[in-house]
Amino acid sequence: MKGLRKSHLMIPALCCAAALLGGCSSTAAVRVRPWERAALADETMNPDRDPLASAMIEHVYFSREADSGGKGVGGSGCGCN
Amino acid sequence: MVISQSRIRSLLRGYAAAALAALAAALPAQVAPGDAFPPIAAAGLTGGPLPETAGKVVLVDFWASWCGPCKASFPAYARLHAAYAGRGLVIAAVSVDESPAAYTAFVARLKPPFATLHDSKQALVREVQVPTMPTSYLVDRSGKVRFIHAGYHGEQTERQLRAEIEALLDEGAQLQ
Repeated sequence: MKGLRKSHLMIPALCCAAALLGGCSSTAAVRVRPWERAALADETMNPDRDPLASAMIEHVYFSREADSGGKGVGGSGCGCN
Repeated sequence: MVISQSRIRSLLRGYAAAALAALAAALPAQVAPGDAFPPIAAAGLTGGPLPETAGKVVLVDFWASWCGPCKASFPAYARLHAAYAGRGLVIAAVSVDESPAAYTAFVARLKPPFATLHDSKQALVREVQVPTMPTSYLVDRSGKVRFIHAGYHGEQTERQLRAEIEALLDEGAQLQ
C-alpha cells in the first residue's frame, strides 16, 4: 500500500475520535455507581421473589419442553431420576 | 496529497491518547490511604448534628437503608463506639439514601449510639467515590485517611477495625 488520500483518511479518523470522546462524556450513564443502586436492590427486582409463581412457571416449562429434572438437579433431563 | 502509513499510525495514536486523557479527566479519583478526607462540615450533610472531629480519630462509614451488609455493620460500630469513644474515636455514619424517609426510618429502627448523617444530594459520596456499599474510612487525628474497608465482612472487619483504631489512638496519644 503506497498511501491514502488525506480526505479519505480524515472522515473515518474523525468518526473514531467522535465515538471515543462521546463515550467519555457518557461514562456516568453506562455505569451504575455503588451508591445509586437503591432501585436495583429493591425486592421487586428479584426474579425469584414469588416462589409459587416460579414453581408454576417451571412446571409449565418442564411440561412443554419435556425436560423434567433439567434445571437445578443432577441428571440429563430424561426424567428417570 | 498522499499520507504515509507511519503518519496514519501517528494520527491514530494521537486520537487514542486524547481519548484516554479525556476519560481520566472525566472520572474523579477515589479517595485513597494517605489522602486528606474531604471536610464533612462542607458537604451539606443533614439528618443530625455534625460531630466534632477536630483532633479525633474518625470512622466515616457510607451506608444505605437498602444495603444488607450496612445494616449488619451497625451493631459492630455500636460496640466500637462503646469501647473507644472515650479515648477519642468519633463514628460518623453517612447515609447515601435518596429518600429522607428511608433514612429516618432506618435510624429510628436501629437507634445507633453514634452520629448518623444524611448525604441526601450524594455530594460527599460522589466526591469520595466509594468502591462499594458499605465502605468505611478510618481517618487519623490529622485528617488523613489511613485505612479503607470496602464492604463489611462481619467479625473479620470488626477485628481489623479494632486493631487499626487502637493503633491510631495510641499514635495520637504519643503525639499529645
